[in-house]
Amino acid sequence: MNKPLRRIAIFCGLLILALLIRDNYLQYVKADDLADDTENRRVNIERYSTPRGNIIVDGKAITGSVESKSGDYKYKRTWTNGPMWAPVTGYSSQAFGANQLEKLEDGILTGTDDRLFFRNTLDMITGKEQEGGSVVTTLNGAAQKAAYEGLGDKKGAVAAIDPATGKILALVSTPSYDPSKFAGNSDKDAEAWNAVQKKNNPDDPMLNRALREVYPPGSTFKVVTAAAALENGEVSGIDDATKTPDPYQLPETTGDPLTNQHGECENATLKYALMVSCNTVFAKMADNVGNEKMIEQAEKFGFNNPELDTPVRAAESIYPEDNAPQNAMDGIGQASNRATPLQMAMVASAIANDGKLMKPYMVDQLTSNLDPIATTDPEELSQAVSAETAQKLQEMMEAVVNDPQGTGSSARIDGATVGGKTGTAQHGLNNSEKPYAWFISYAKLSDGSSPVAVAVVVEDGAANRDDISGGGLAGPIARDVMKAVIDSKK
Amino acid sequence: MSSTSNTSTHHTSTIGSIGAPSRRNTELALLVFAVVIPVFAYANVGLAMNDEVPAGLLSYGLGLGLLAGVGHLAVRKFAPYADPLLLPLATLLNGLGLVAIWRLDQSKRLSNYAEAAPRQLLYSAMGVALLAIVLIFLKDHRVLQRYTYISMAGALFLLLLPLVPGLGADVYGAKIWIKIPGLGTLQPGEFAKIALAVFFAGYLMVKRDALALASRRFMGLYLPRGRDLGPILVVWVMSILILIFETDLGTSLLFFGMFVIMLYVATERTSWIVFGLLMSAVGAVGVASFEPHIQTRVQAWLDPMREYTLSREGVQDGIVHSEQAMQALWAFGSGGTLGTGLGQGNSDLIGFAANSDFILATFGEELGLAGVMAILLLYGLIIERGIRTSLAARDPFGKLLAVGLSGAFGLQVFVVAGGVMGLIPLTGMTLPFVAYGGSSVIANWALIGILLRISDTARRPAPAPAPNPDAEMTQVVRP
Repeated sequence: MNKPLRRIAIFCGLLILALLIRDNYLQYVKADDLADDTENRRVNIERYSTPRGNIIVDGKAITGSVESKSGDYKYKRTWTNGPMWAPVTGYSSQAFGANQLEKLEDGILTGTDDRLFFRNTLDMITGKEQEGGSVVTTLNGAAQKAAYEGLGDKKGAVAAIDPATGKILALVSTPSYDPSKFAGNSDKDAEAWNAVQKKNNPDDPMLNRALREVYPPGSTFKVVTAAAALENGEVSGIDDATKTPDPYQLPETTGDPLTNQHGECENATLKYALMVSCNTVFAKMADNVGNEKMIEQAEKFGFNNPELDTPVRAAESIYPEDNAPQNAMDGIGQASNRATPLQMAMVASAIANDGKLMKPYMVDQLTSNLDPIATTDPEELSQAVSAETAQKLQEMMEAVVNDPQGTGSSARIDGATVGGKTGTAQHGLNNSEKPYAWFISYAKLSDGSSPVAVAVVVEDGAANRDDISGGGLAGPIARDVMKAVIDSKK
Repeated sequence: MSSTSNTSTHHTSTIGSIGAPSRRNTELALLVFAVVIPVFAYANVGLAMNDEVPAGLLSYGLGLGLLAGVGHLAVRKFAPYADPLLLPLATLLNGLGLVAIWRLDQSKRLSNYAEAAPRQLLYSAMGVALLAIVLIFLKDHRVLQRYTYISMAGALFLLLLPLVPGLGADVYGAKIWIKIPGLGTLQPGEFAKIALAVFFAGYLMVKRDALALASRRFMGLYLPRGRDLGPILVVWVMSILILIFETDLGTSLLFFGMFVIMLYVATERTSWIVFGLLMSAVGAVGVASFEPHIQTRVQAWLDPMREYTLSREGVQDGIVHSEQAMQALWAFGSGGTLGTGLGQGNSDLIGFAANSDFILATFGEELGLAGVMAILLLYGLIIERGIRTSLAARDPFGKLLAVGLSGAFGLQVFVVAGGVMGLIPLTGMTLPFVAYGGSSVIANWALIGILLRISDTARRPAPAPAPNPDAEMTQVVRP
């Protein structure tokens, strides 16, 4: 009987071996996948087991942590003025996960990031509770507030950038939501969460319009068209008359010709055309430049970049390959080109920064106990236009604001030079829906430096379509944001 | 014993080991470790969870020490040549199990467990008492041979108990429990395991020649005669019935597997294994085709995440969906190589049965890969010591009984550990000695008692030849 016994012994050994192999597979090979699985509640338990690190604006925390009463999670996230800051911070909920900075910098905020290893080890030795690091943002509290209050209960977005560095100064989207309302995991939190979901709320408050929504840029895009015309030598000077008929028959079409709403646009100069926002001049200019060169110029300003990370990824702004009539309409921002508010702020910032486009970013530093562990350095994305062209564009945009005939007079600021461009983007089938009011601008101080460029879009301009409502609705908001930045520099 | 094995057994056969050391002192030294290690683990849990050495440390340490001491004294007195490893191994596992159960008692999520550890200690004491009783009253395991058919009747009775209306309890789909008013629940299957091993050993010892020799050769296999197929068919049908009426895949597999192992050892015919595998495959697939409980278990094994989601969403489709399988996998994964440390994991997320069927996941999370491998190796050692006992046994009944019990023990460890780790479909079974549950602990201590008895008989020095009374009487008659 001994021979089968030996075989049974081997068989039982193999059973144990199979268990050992399976265990190695589970706890070694698959260990990290299982441990970091977002459905694995330990991930959240860990995340909320210590007070979460804070997100800092102007040296003050805009987030906080409170001890929560609910069983599994020790701490709960709080926000000061959640709706205003939500487009920057995102949410961090025990029940519904996290997004934006709260998600992207989770390692630092939770304190599990490798860069905090030294601090954590020290804390372990000294017996201190592990604490998350802080995320210091580039944002400007006053500008953010001006933008948020300026939009009020209108639907829209504001993005403001420091042209010289690319620092994002304001990032607002309305209507917004208060992430504090669903930071926990109670039924009340679930109710608040459901209330702001798009399927239950047509206003889609969770949508970050400043970064994640693309709009037809309307007349603000004429700045890009002007840049392309100047860079490609289609016009010799901004004060030379262009050969433009009024009305203008779009290339390869026979229908109604393109008209203007204001001004004397026939053979107008580039400067005058931008000032009163001539459609005919810029549509013809875009046609003269051609689709290929228009795409090239738009891309230099940051269009067609699917991976623009601030570090929160911005939606891709688009200037597509188009046929000639569409391309001409793209030149006045009324065809298939689309831009995020951030993208249009980048356009204004590149012009204000003598043609150099800086990469927009909103995380300045990651710190542990306010000791910096990583600092973001400003990064040049491209030379969008030559310094010379930039000067010309500035002159034109300043005329839009300062000239009595200009459309952007609402953005004037005492003690600073403002350059801007209005826009009213029509959309919907046969322009049936309410237009979007746009305003992009920058401000320059007497020393020639430019501290801020901004883009404002108001979605439901109670707008009189004939009016260049960008100047009326969006302009004052842009002015307040720029003024807030200038005042905070003093 | 067959002639072929004689050549290869001479080095393990203990027949010739006259004057072999009893190894009782080795056992005692090992027992010290088996008590001290869990005591440290217990202190560790208290320090990690409440920042203090637990108040119950002394009574716990004394309790476990007392159990080990009683077990040791009983062995020293009544089975002095018994295997020295079995008792320390079982004590260590029992002690670690108590630590894990106590640790889960502390969990706030599982408030209903609050008193499990003291009860488990009581069960363990009853188990060790049963071990002592076995050693005291079962002077020779061959006595059990007399109770072959009584054992069968007893085993069938025990297995059928959960089906008695009013007595059985359906726990998450498996009907393997009975409720005894005032005493709690009992898993009669654990005791039936031992009774069945006795029956199979007694029955096969008698029938093995007929089963082994009367066969026809066909395609390299020895086919048994039709009438000899009878017993295996009966056991097979019984397993299938368990599967259908108690919907318990584990018990069914355990009994059938045990029978096939013993049949193979008794007859040395590989054909029985082939038949056994075929029949269990047919049985399992056949039953699974119409039994939703089994289907759910298989689905949960193939896609635990889906079961988890269904359970979370509270899908009502007449089947109990459970998130446990996925929770157990997460517990193992979160433990990683070295674990979180005792008392610092979240294995209590598993919820129901975290301290019984799923207790290995707690070790997985808190002691990590290293801890689980150590525990699996402890089980491996028990199994192999059991089979070694079988090899050393001098009588066929003892051999069969020892291999049956060890094989069943091994299958049980494989079924439950493999189930919890997602290697095979999950089935409700307790991890011997470690999992919470009176029936399991008591029955397994009795199992160890029987193995100790067999090994004592096997290793005991052969009695000196009795003086031959004829020697003196025979006279050489000189002319």
